[in-house]
Amino acid sequence: MLLILVLAPFAGSLAAICIPTQKGTAAAWLAGSIALLCLVISAGLYTVISSGTPLRYDAAWLPELGLNLTLRMDGFAWMFASLVAAIGLLVVIYARYYMSASDPVPRFFALFLAFMGAMLGVVLSGNLILLAIFWELTSIISFLLIGYWHHNANARDGARMALTVTGTGGLCMFVGLMLIGHIVGSYDLDVVLSSGNVIRDHPLYTTVLILILLGVLTKSAQFPFHFWLPHAMAAPTPVSAYLHSATLVKAGVFLLTRLWPVMAGTDEWFWIVGLAGLTTLLLGAYFAIFQQDLKGLLAYSTISHLGLITVLLSLGSPLAAVAAIFHTMNHATFKASLFMAAGIIDHETGTRDMRRLSGLFRYMPITATLAMVASASMAGVPLLNGFLSKEMFFAEAIETHKYNILDTLTPYVATIASMFAVTYSIRFIHSVFFGPPPQDLPKVPHEPPHWMLAPIYFLVFSCLVVGVIPALTIGPFLHTAVQSVLGIATPVYSLAVWHGWNLPLFMSLIALVCGVGLFLVMKPYLTTSIEGPPFFRRLEGQRIFERVLVTLSWKWARSIEMRAGTRRLQPQMRILVAVALVAAAVTLLLQGFKPAAIAFRSIDPAFALIWLIGMICAIGAAYQAKFHRLAALVLLGGAGLVTCLTFVWLSAPDLAATQLLVEIVTTVLILLGLRWLPKRIENPDDPELMTISTRLRRLRDLATAVFAGIGMMLISYTVMTRELPETISSYFLERAYSEGGGTNVVNVILVDFRGFDTLGEIAVLCIVALTVFALLLRFRPATESLETPEQQRVQNAFDDDHPDRKKGDSIAEYLLVPSVIMRWMFPVIGMLAAFLFFRGHDLPGGGFAAGIAMSIAFILQYMAGGTRWVEERLRIHPLRWMAIGLLVATATGLGSWLFGYPFLTSHAQYASLPVLGKIPLATAILFDLGVFALVLGATVLILIALAHQSVRAPRAQMRAAKMAAKENA
Amino acid sequence: MSELFIIWSILASQILLSLAMGCALFRMVRGPRAQDRILGLDALYINAMLLLLTFGIRTANTIYFEAALIIALLGFVSSIAFAKFLMRGEVIE
Repeated sequence: MLLILVLAPFAGSLAAICIPTQKGTAAAWLAGSIALLCLVISAGLYTVISSGTPLRYDAAWLPELGLNLTLRMDGFAWMFASLVAAIGLLVVIYARYYMSASDPVPRFFALFLAFMGAMLGVVLSGNLILLAIFWELTSIISFLLIGYWHHNANARDGARMALTVTGTGGLCMFVGLMLIGHIVGSYDLDVVLSSGNVIRDHPLYTTVLILILLGVLTKSAQFPFHFWLPHAMAAPTPVSAYLHSATLVKAGVFLLTRLWPVMAGTDEWFWIVGLAGLTTLLLGAYFAIFQQDLKGLLAYSTISHLGLITVLLSLGSPLAAVAAIFHTMNHATFKASLFMAAGIIDHETGTRDMRRLSGLFRYMPITATLAMVASASMAGVPLLNGFLSKEMFFAEAIETHKYNILDTLTPYVATIASMFAVTYSIRFIHSVFFGPPPQDLPKVPHEPPHWMLAPIYFLVFSCLVVGVIPALTIGPFLHTAVQSVLGIATPVYSLAVWHGWNLPLFMSLIALVCGVGLFLVMKPYLTTSIEGPPFFRRLEGQRIFERVLVTLSWKWARSIEMRAGTRRLQPQMRILVAVALVAAAVTLLLQGFKPAAIAFRSIDPAFALIWLIGMICAIGAAYQAKFHRLAALVLLGGAGLVTCLTFVWLSAPDLAATQLLVEIVTTVLILLGLRWLPKRIENPDDPELMTISTRLRRLRDLATAVFAGIGMMLISYTVMTRELPETISSYFLERAYSEGGGTNVVNVILVDFRGFDTLGEIAVLCIVALTVFALLLRFRPATESLETPEQQRVQNAFDDDHPDRKKGDSIAEYLLVPSVIMRWMFPVIGMLAAFLFFRGHDLPGGGFAAGIAMSIAFILQYMAGGTRWVEERLRIHPLRWMAIGLLVATATGLGSWLFGYPFLTSHAQYASLPVLGKIPLATAILFDLGVFALVLGATVLILIALAHQSVRAPRAQMRAAKMAAKENA
Repeated sequence: MSELFIIWSILASQILLSLAMGCALFRMVRGPRAQDRILGLDALYINAMLLLLTFGIRTANTIYFEAALIIALLGFVSSIAFAKFLMRGEVIE
């Protein structure tokens, strides 16, 4: 049941995404029924919960790391879950009428449901890590919800600010929770809750406390992190009503209460939480008075009320915790209804500015009455639920818990803040509903549709009922919740409305009277004043936040980029090689590395000669690379060839074959790219350019290269001359035929034993090819390499000069003989590829080699006839080949599931074919077919994408000419 | 006796082929023209193929012929690509 409770909203969210944009009502029905389902489930669970034992659901997830999918519901979690589901349902009904048809409504409900799921997850998590995951989810989804109207810059900024603040806090909290897990030795909530003394006495307690409080205070918008909440008001009103009354900001309070039994009671707790709470309580209420935006007023009032709850929790007395839980519920009811009322006013009049609104009572009496009751509850007027918890708060504020100045100050601050609350509540009602009729409103106001009011009816009704007969209505539920948090420490408390003439009542009366007085005094000022409170207007948290952001993400990032970043390849390579060299050298020297003695014995003279050739080639290539690219490429080809010969000599024929194929393709690839490299202008022998610093730089680079090379050689030599320990290779050698059905061990490893790795690798290859393709689509060559190469111009000019010749005749004549050979090679190379492919399982070859060989056949066609000629005659769809390859490989792997084996289990069999004789036919060959198709597709795709640049170049030339003409004109 | 003869002749042929590769290398390094370098590379490929064949004969194992086959069939591709590059300024038009 618990699992359904958490998963149903997410499932609903996925379903809601699939609903087309116009079908907003369908999405609303879906969201409504999901919320109702959650509500019914949690209501049904009450009988189990009220008995006092928490409900648990356990599923192993990563038990080795202590991370289990544990859901746990006790009275407190039940209360929160019901609140989330109930207010969720009401907000869905409200939003159905609030959202306009032009908005993408299904997206709204999808996000809304996902948020509900995340919130339920936070509430019901029985594992700290799980809790942190859901916590982050609420941050992310609230970001999306606040930024729902993403065309609006305010919404975007508000969303980003909310995410930055709560996300940073969430990260701190995550570390804190992990530390708790470390201290307690388990992430399980039940274990954590029962080891309060261990945590409080641990030396890391202060660190944990600060980290967790960072998460909690940012989430609950407590001072000094309160500034994001008013900016989050750019969200659609249903979102505000949900996020800022019952869910997002309450998540912080929830965690604070949840961890209250294990963390509260110490001096650190009292000071940090108390100070933050008191400041927030006072400043929030003070700021709220001076807001001109309806939702802004409600936002600051929310901040202030959250401060109140935080103060209560800071006191560390069980009675205060009861009050905190009680006020959490009360605040959710009246604040949700007020937000909805503000939304209705905005919806029906077109403005939320209190200076423009007035006298709306005559247009919408029902809304006005409901809003009045709700704001009276916010102000703490007797016979409403807000009054009850406020009285409890006053009673606790008077009590002395700790002997310090903060505790002494609390009752005074509480009274003043309460007075402010009365003032802003009156202001909210008075400026909107009373006074002369409004002038020049964007719309003529009238009562909203009946169903839009229904949620407010319900909420206000519950405010009243709870306020009048608390013990009969909310009493039992509150008791269950309180008991689950406090356990045996549950104090005796009374929910009566009338406690007699006592100090808290006097404080309430003072607050009420003074609040009304303050409003009367301030009224003239407030009707005309600008937004924001006096004195504090300039000291805005948002400004500081933005200043910090600019410094961090712009100035610092820029300066780091300036110092450490470079657009040139050379310095990057230099740093990379140098760092690798130093790291390897330090590690090896510290470990006492001794290179093996180099022994010259039984040298094969031919082999030595080949190696000499290879070394000269490599050094020559490096030497020529900068100023004679073509020569360097030729020499590189020689070095590659020697490498292949070496593979053969050291008995790795399959490696040699593959390497040869790769060598050929690479040469063509680099040649294709060489066309687009701009020519070098500098003369290397120009004495003026050879300054001392240049010489020094080159010397340093040479030294780095030589050292890195020698080091690498020493390491490889040492590794290779060591006695081979018992490794996995002997296992593969033994099992290749008996289990993989092939005698080519390398191929069997690739397609069978390590098939999953290969699947991953070909997927990566696929991604790389697509990236290269996408990048080349946007490739704009340098202007100097745009024009047709000189050779072609000369030949074309020759053709043009002779009247009996057409353009392109020269090249056709030059290539007359070679092109015939190249075209006829196509089937031959295809045969070679098939040969490599089929014998791959037993002898050198395989899908990869075959794919590359086949791609060479295609390249030859392109070279012989040119791009246009080939593409008129052959259908070349490398993208499709890649897709088919990946699908075939995956399907082969999935196929083994059909027979009840794990993913990618292969089955080996030999088949007799008429001409070919007996050939191995393991299922691995299907997998290899996928590899073949993918490699072929990827190689051809990259080469063709490069080749197509030549076709596009003439167009680019024309563009460049046009630009030049424009500039001249 | 014939066995010894074969061993020595293979060794001699391998050394000679290596020397031939060395000659090709000289053209690749010195040039002087780009065409010389490319022809040098082509010669290097052919010699390497022959060397692989002698290696196969020496070890009496046909498995090494595969690489020789690939050079024989496809070794010319890079030479062609180079030639096309020199002649037209780009490999694929």
